[in-house]
Amino acid sequence: MYRITKKKQLNQDITLIEFEAPDIARSAHAGQFVIFCIDEFGERFPLTIYDYDRSRGTVTVVCQAIGVSTKKLCTMNVGDNINDVVGPLGHATKTKNIGKVICIGGGVGTAEAYPIAKALKEDGNDVTVIIGARNKELVICEDEIRGFCDKVFITTDDGSHGRKGFVTDVLKELIEKDRYDLVFAIGPIIMMKMVSVMTKAKGVRTMVSLNSIMIDGTGMCGGCRVQYDNQTKFCCVDGPEFDGHLVDFDELMVRQARYKDKEKLALERYGEKCRIGLGRG
Amino acid sequence: MDNNEKFTHVRMREQAPEERRKNFKEVPYGYSEEEALKEAARCLGCKKPPCVAGCPAEVDIPTFIKAIKEKRFKDAVNVIKNTNTLPAVCGRVCPQEDQCEKNCVLQKTGKGPVKIGNLERFAADTDRANADNGSGSVATIARHGKKVAVIGAGPSGLTCASDLAKKGYRVTLFEALHRPGGVLVYGIPEFRLPKDIVYKEVDEIKKLGVELKMNFVVGKTSTLDDLRKEGFEAFFIGTGAGLPWFMGIEGENLSGVYSANEFLTRVNLMKAYRFPEYDTPVTVGKRVAVVGAGNVAMDSARCALRLGAEKVYIVYRRTEAEMPARIDEIHHAKQEGVELHLLTNPVKILGDEKGNIKSLVCIKNKLGEPDSSGRPRPVPIEGSEFEMPVETVIMAIGNGPNPLLIASIQGLTTNKRGNITADDKGHTNIPDVFAGGDIVTGAATVIAAMGAGKVAARAMDEYLSSK
Repeated sequence: MYRITKKKQLNQDITLIEFEAPDIARSAHAGQFVIFCIDEFGERFPLTIYDYDRSRGTVTVVCQAIGVSTKKLCTMNVGDNINDVVGPLGHATKTKNIGKVICIGGGVGTAEAYPIAKALKEDGNDVTVIIGARNKELVICEDEIRGFCDKVFITTDDGSHGRKGFVTDVLKELIEKDRYDLVFAIGPIIMMKMVSVMTKAKGVRTMVSLNSIMIDGTGMCGGCRVQYDNQTKFCCVDGPEFDGHLVDFDELMVRQARYKDKEKLALERYGEKCRIGLGRG
Repeated sequence: MDNNEKFTHVRMREQAPEERRKNFKEVPYGYSEEEALKEAARCLGCKKPPCVAGCPAEVDIPTFIKAIKEKRFKDAVNVIKNTNTLPAVCGRVCPQEDQCEKNCVLQKTGKGPVKIGNLERFAADTDRANADNGSGSVATIARHGKKVAVIGAGPSGLTCASDLAKKGYRVTLFEALHRPGGVLVYGIPEFRLPKDIVYKEVDEIKKLGVELKMNFVVGKTSTLDDLRKEGFEAFFIGTGAGLPWFMGIEGENLSGVYSANEFLTRVNLMKAYRFPEYDTPVTVGKRVAVVGAGNVAMDSARCALRLGAEKVYIVYRRTEAEMPARIDEIHHAKQEGVELHLLTNPVKILGDEKGNIKSLVCIKNKLGEPDSSGRPRPVPIEGSEFEMPVETVIMAIGNGPNPLLIASIQGLTTNKRGNITADDKGHTNIPDVFAGGDIVTGAATVIAAMGAGKVAARAMDEYLSSK
């Protein structure tokens, strides 16, 4: 059991959750992820590690309530126990001696870009962050990022905060004006694709972090496979970070939509249960 | 009892095929006491029993059968448990026809072997039923201080942990998944091996004093060196067959293509067959092609049927004679309506832009000269390609070793395929590291893995005693 020690609602759908997991906290690094299984009925799903505290033995994630599993996690409270969490999984981000880096976080992906940007900064790299969201309400982690980084750009689709437009608008200007060693993009698949297309044309190396459907997270199921440089790779053990110029994003989008109908059905059933007070937890 | 009856074994009653293909309940019902006594009576109680030599778990078969004959059921199971930690599991999934039963003297006289597996299952099930009433076995063992780590709670790890605990070691069993059992819970379906049985046998191992640490990936959560610093003096690696193989054909990453590992894990460990009560989904569509012909392929095919597929095809490049699955599994699958497409090999998978599979394109084979395995080589017949319309393809062509842990242990020797190199006692090239099961041999059987766990426990005891 993994007890929840802190919970903070970042906006309507996105919640920050800190829980006790000393074994994971001890070995966690930026860029790695954990797999949750909330309760006896739960499915296994991955979330990127947002932060960890080795001395307190806690790990923090940021979760967007989309399907049944993420809704379950987001509705849990301080003191509640999560049945199962395993990790840290995947490779840690390489942060040493990179140079000038742009980190892009889209939507909830901003919470995943945060630890990477921070680790890059701590290792002495020059870091610029671009945060993108649909509107002001959905921009997360801005203060935390400004806390260590003085070059922060915000874009919103509707212009309610920062600049109106997309992260790629800012990216385009930056890479036209200056030379960068690496771009990191984490967010919706379509955003990572657009970023990768743009940087490829300019020849700027780009890493993306893929959060594909997976079960065990240790290479056993192969459900998270991605077409990469004309080979099949497993996100869990080969990733989660990949060179964005070599990822087949179109295939990935199709694979991520695999259980759309089933997810809808499960969600309706979950909503019904909550409404009539038969929730399991 | 007339003579005729005496020489044929007692058949185990089972669910009718048309019924069971609609549910996940166990297929054979198990012997009643009367049936067990009748079958046990067939055993000649050989002084030099050849059956025992065929058992990797070294079970004293004639002694446990004698106990059944004398209705000392508790003694029967204790005899088995002396050497075999998982009797209810082995009674169900061991390929007895290739092991103990193959060596039975009755087999040699043409009378058909004693159904040792069925009797083992009877003894274990009877004991478990009694344990539920509070009269089961609990062991007490004197403990010395040495800490050992067993990595992977599958058949080899459970056996090794249990044997080491019986020898007095303080054993921690590390498991990456959220439930213990390894392939017994994620791979083998409920209708062949009910999960409650596995969990109960694991509980028995816990009673021996073994500490289970779930959600712990050695190599990630802690490295072997971390554990050494925590005082662990020897390690057994039983992490199993890890990475699923794919064929490398076009269309394999369409979203309707599963590895058998993924498909079975969804269905068995995550209980997708009870979606949406359980949160994990699985889809099969109307027609399913399973590529491969081992036990895993049969399990996948039979699960697909039970999930509502109308047609399930086994696609195999050789003939039925070469199918590696247990005879029983092939027989059960066929009875339930699984169709075999033999001498047939997939070439590519066709799909639409949404990732849905339209068909599996196959080519027909003919048999050629024997290959390195001694079996006739399947040779493609030019121009024989055809389309098999399906919605789901399950690749059940085996697994390579999982590199996750191996890569984290500096200096550990592996072979060409990436399996850990270990001798027949489980020693690797690192003195305090032992290994056994599929991570050493590549995909094999539950009982072979258990045997390896047993042998390694002995070697670890020798190593630690001489330290």
